Formats: sequence, C-alpha cells, structure tokens
Amino acid sequence: MTATQTLSVPNTAPVRRSARVRVTWLLVLAAVLLAVMTASLAFGSRDVAWSDVWSALGGADQTLEEASVTKRVPRTLLAVVVGAALGVSGTVMQGVTRNPLADPGILGVNMGASLAVVTAIAHFGLASASGYIWVAMTGAALTAGFVYTVGSLGRGGATPLKLALAGAAISAALASLVSAVVLPRNDISDTFRLWQIGGVGGASYSQLGSVVPFLAAGFLLCLASARALNSLALGDDLAAGLGERVALVRATSALGAVVLCGASTAVAGPIAFVGLLVPHTCRLLVGVDHRWLLPFAALGGAVLLTAADVVGRVVARPSEIDVGILTAIIGAPFFIHIVRRQKVRSL
Amino acid sequence: MSAPAVGDTPTLRTVTRTRVRGAYRRRLLVLTLLVLVVAAFVTTLMAGHTFYPAHDVLRVIMGDDVPGASFTVGRLRLPRAVLALTAGFSFGIAGVTFQTMLRNPLASPDIIGISAGASAAAAVAIVTFSLSGTEVSAVAIAAALGVALLVYTLAFRDGVAGTRLILIGIGMAALLDSLTSYVLSQAGEWDLQEAMRWLTGSLNGTTWEETVPAVLAVLVLVPVLLSRARDLSALSLGDDTASALGVRVERTRVVVIVAAVGLIAFATAAAGPIAFVAFLSGPIAARLVGTGGSLLVPAGLVGALLVLVADFTGQYAFDTRYPVGVVTGVLGAPYLVYLIVRTNRAGGSL
Repeated sequence: MTATQTLSVPNTAPVRRSARVRVTWLLVLAAVLLAVMTASLAFGSRDVAWSDVWSALGGADQTLEEASVTKRVPRTLLAVVVGAALGVSGTVMQGVTRNPLADPGILGVNMGASLAVVTAIAHFGLASASGYIWVAMTGAALTAGFVYTVGSLGRGGATPLKLALAGAAISAALASLVSAVVLPRNDISDTFRLWQIGGVGGASYSQLGSVVPFLAAGFLLCLASARALNSLALGDDLAAGLGERVALVRATSALGAVVLCGASTAVAGPIAFVGLLVPHTCRLLVGVDHRWLLPFAALGGAVLLTAADVVGRVVARPSEIDVGILTAIIGAPFFIHIVRRQKVRSL
Repeated sequence: MSAPAVGDTPTLRTVTRTRVRGAYRRRLLVLTLLVLVVAAFVTTLMAGHTFYPAHDVLRVIMGDDVPGASFTVGRLRLPRAVLALTAGFSFGIAGVTFQTMLRNPLASPDIIGISAGASAAAAVAIVTFSLSGTEVSAVAIAAALGVALLVYTLAFRDGVAGTRLILIGIGMAALLDSLTSYVLSQAGEWDLQEAMRWLTGSLNGTTWEETVPAVLAVLVLVPVLLSRARDLSALSLGDDTASALGVRVERTRVVVIVAAVGLIAFATAAAGPIAFVAFLSGPIAARLVGTGGSLLVPAGLVGALLVLVADFTGQYAFDTRYPVGVVTGVLGAPYLVYLIVRTNRAGGSL
C-alpha cells in the first residue's frame, strides 16, 4: 500500500539521470542563483547604476545609491539561506512522510514556530534573536510531531489527504491562538504583522550570524540521511530489509527538517509553499535520488526565494510585496496542480 | 401462509412507534435549540458593561426613547446581536448544505476556500477601491461564486471526488488568504480591528448598514434552501439514486449552491469569515438531533448560538476584547482536530 503511494509521488519524474545531465543542471542552477543574487543587489525600490553596485560591493557607502546597495547585501544573503533551508526542509519532509503534498507551511509547522515565538515575546519577554530560534524550533518540532500523529491515525497511515487536512486544521487552530496572544498587545502587534506575512526585508548581519549555525546543523543532518531516505522511499519494510534503521532515519531526518524550517521561520516569518515547489521541480531535473536532490533543492530554494524577493520589490514600486505572499501566489496553483495530477485512490 | 394486512405486523408497529417517537424527540430538540438561541440573543442585548432589564430592552426595540439604553442597546448591541444571529445562521445552514451535498464533513465553505474568496474580495473592495455597503456584498458574492465554480471545475475529472475537491479548496484558501494579508498590509493605516475582521471574522463596530444586507439575504435565500431540503437529502444518496427518486439533479445542485454561496458571501461581507462556524455547526447539529431528517434548520440554529455565545465571551470574559473569530477559532479548532482523529480512526470517508 505504501509502495503504490511512493510510486505516485514522482510519477512524471525520471528515476535516474545521467551524471552529465545532473552536473550540467547543477551548474545552470548555480549560474541562475548568481544572476538572481546580482539582480537582488541591483534592483529595488531605488534605482541604482551598475557602477554603484560595484563600488558598494567594494565597501563604499558614500552616496545614497551605494548605501542602499549595502543594505541589500544582508537581505540577499538571508533570502539565499532561508530559501535553501526551506527547499531542503520540504524535500526531506516529502521523503520522510512519503507524501507529495508535504511542506512546512501546509503541515502547519511554520505556524507552530510562529505561535511559540509570539508566546515567548508576549509572556516571557524574549528579545534576543538566538532565543527566538530555539523557541521557534521547539514550536516547530512539537507541531510537526502532533500533525504527523493526527494525520497518521487510522487506515492507510499518513495519506496525503489526512496529513494535509491535519496540517490545515492545526494551522488554523494555531493561527487563532497567535491572534489571541498578539491582539491585546499593541506594542508587539505592529512588528508581528510584518513578520507574520513572511519576508526578508528586515535582514541584518546579526540575524544572519545567529541563524547560520542552526541552518548548517540542519543541512548536515539532512544530507547525512540522504542515502537512507532513498531506501525509505521503497517503504518501511523494504528499507528495514535493506538494513536501514527506519525509526532512527526518520527521527534524524525529521529533526534536520524541523531545525531548518524552525530556524528560518524565526528570522523570516512563516513562508509557505517553497518547500512544496522546489522538490517537485528539482525531481524533474535530477530524478529521485536524495543525494542529488538535496543539494539541488538547496540551490533551487535559494533561487526561488531570492527571485521572489526581487520581483516583490520591483512590481509594486515604491512599496514592496513580501516574499511570503509571492510564494503563496506561485505555490498554491502548483499545489492544486499536484492534487489534480494524483489519482484519487492514492490521495 | 397469507401475508398479514399492511400496517398490522408487530414489526411495522414498532417501526412506526419508533419513528414517531424519533420525530417527536427531534422536534423537541430543535425547539430547545431555538429557545437557547433566543435566550442568548436576549442576554447579549441585556448584559454587558451596563445591565439593562428586559423591559427596557423591549421598549427600545419597540422604538421608545429610553435614556442610555436607546444608545447602548439600540445603536450598539442590537445591530451587533442581529448580525451575530444572521451571520451564524447563514454560516451554519450554508455549511451543512455543502457538507450534505458533497457527502463530506470537511467540504464546508470555510475549508474549501469559498469564505476566503468572499473575504479577500470584500477586503479588496473596501481597502483598495473604497467601496461600501451593497457594493461590497455584490463583489463578495461574485468572488465567492467564482471561487466555488473554480474549485468545482478544477476538482472535476470523471466526476468530482470529495478528497480532491477538499485539497484543491485548501490550496485555494491559502492563496486567497495571502491575498487578503497583502491587501491589508497595503492599507494606508494599519487598523488591527479592521484587519481581524477580514482574517478571522469580527463583529466589532457593527452598524445597521452592514447588518441589513445580511438579514435580507437570509430572508430571501433560506426559504429557497429549505424548499430544496428534501432534494438535498436525496442528493446525499448519490446522483443516480437521487435522479431515480425524481430529483432534477443538476438544477437542484445549481440552485442549492447559488443559495448557499450567497448566504456565505453576504454574511462574510458583513462580519468576515468567522472561523469554523460553517464547518462546526453541521456535525454538532447531527450529534444533537441525529441524522434522521434534514439538518438545515438545526445547523443554522447551532451556528447562530455559536456566534452569539462566542461574541459575548470574546467581549466580556477577558481583559481584552477578542473578535468573535478568534474565539470560535480557538474553540473550534480542537473539535476539528478531534473530528479528523475520529474519522481517521474509524477509517471513514477520508
């Protein structure tokens, strides 16, 4: 039963790609990432000349143009790392749950992190960025465990429908709790409003510094379980037969995924659908081998989030559209597309 | 062995007696619900930061000028309580209509994105285009119908599978919610109360201007729905059975969908998408009165009761005044999770 579900996940994705194809795509993606990063430095609500970009990168911030480019540097870096984290996190969640609809946003994990953070700010006077991260990760982990438990009760285990529903329901519940915590406090509701939509606009180097160690740990955990995730895709029984310690693999990779999305939620707010879009697209490029898929997902997530951030800055000038909104606008139709492609039975 | 005359077997007599008793019990329960709704309605009018005795409230409703009460009850509490009643009834009855028609408790308008569509449209109309009153209702109903049609079309592939429809609806709701957030974040001045109305539903600052269209919608559309109650129950047996029973399936479906979506849209344009009321009322009503007959009226009453009680609780039970949607959200979500758990356990329609 689980095996048929697995097969339906990448039903148009090739199982293997030749090494040359993979390396080519890897290089292409890396080049695209460089391009969008450059675009992220060059475009924004203020027009700057390319010469200003270069001089600002050289350390100058005399003119207004150079100063605004300097301000775009941490923002770009944050978009890159958060995008990469969400891409990898989504890929691992889809692998662990064998569920094509898994995504930190859809499963409510982001909202769990949000609730933990606002509760800590409102009731425990939490103010430091690294404190946010710990709290967010705890919230994310608890929610992930709860959603998975609710979604996997009953016949057929954690089917996509049950997981997505449990996620949506719990997400809605947590959103109500978040409002209940935030509403009485005008002082935090204003900062919270920006954070809740999900964006990288307020990035700073100190934020980056505090989040990068967590993200690095998360990436390592995920990469370490890449091979085991391949076996897990065959179903628990087969994976055990291949010598994997299924429970351990699940726990490690899920921990990695939760660390990644919890930490990125702490700095960028709940950004949905990146973890859904990226793995599906990357599977089309490189096939289903997680050892290749994870690095691709990291690059792809970075490209998607940075590009979305640039687009959000350019289309609504002089104001901005937060990345969280843009990813939902791109991601939700994609989600619908995946649902439509699935056979009813495998839902 | 000759067959005994119809109506004379002991079995048949037992069946008849049970049915009659069931119908009696049902009527009693619906009546109790009605009494509770009226009691809640009257309580919200009387109680608050200042208490007004029942005869004062009655005099205000009759149009007399009572110092103090005329303003507090007549201008503040009455429109609010009427809107709570109407919106709750609309959400409840429209929710159970969808749940019955699509044969799935999760297929309620607030889960499959219809309320989110109405809400996003209303927010755009008010914030971006500065519309008001009936224009907002019109935009909301157009958007809600559009979303309903879109979700239905997207889910259609050799017939509509309930699960696919629900998942597509969840995706649609996510998209529309983020649109709402965007519109609200672009509003010149961030008004949290106004934002809460479009995000989770709120009755704060309700005036007659918002309430009247919703009341009219109930007066027009509820009779339409009720006139189709029997056909709707037949539809829940499946299209083939329904048409064998003499129901014009497609026509009934169109009429019922338009009426239910209309109720949702008008209520949402006035009070926002009050969280989970459409979803919860049907299952609660089924628990209370049993699934023997039409659930339309019981679900509507449950919805009205939910909104009245939740709004009163949100206003006075805590230090802060919480909008009604936050209260129903916090109360309703565990029930939703419980329903999912129970359905999963039973291996039911999921």
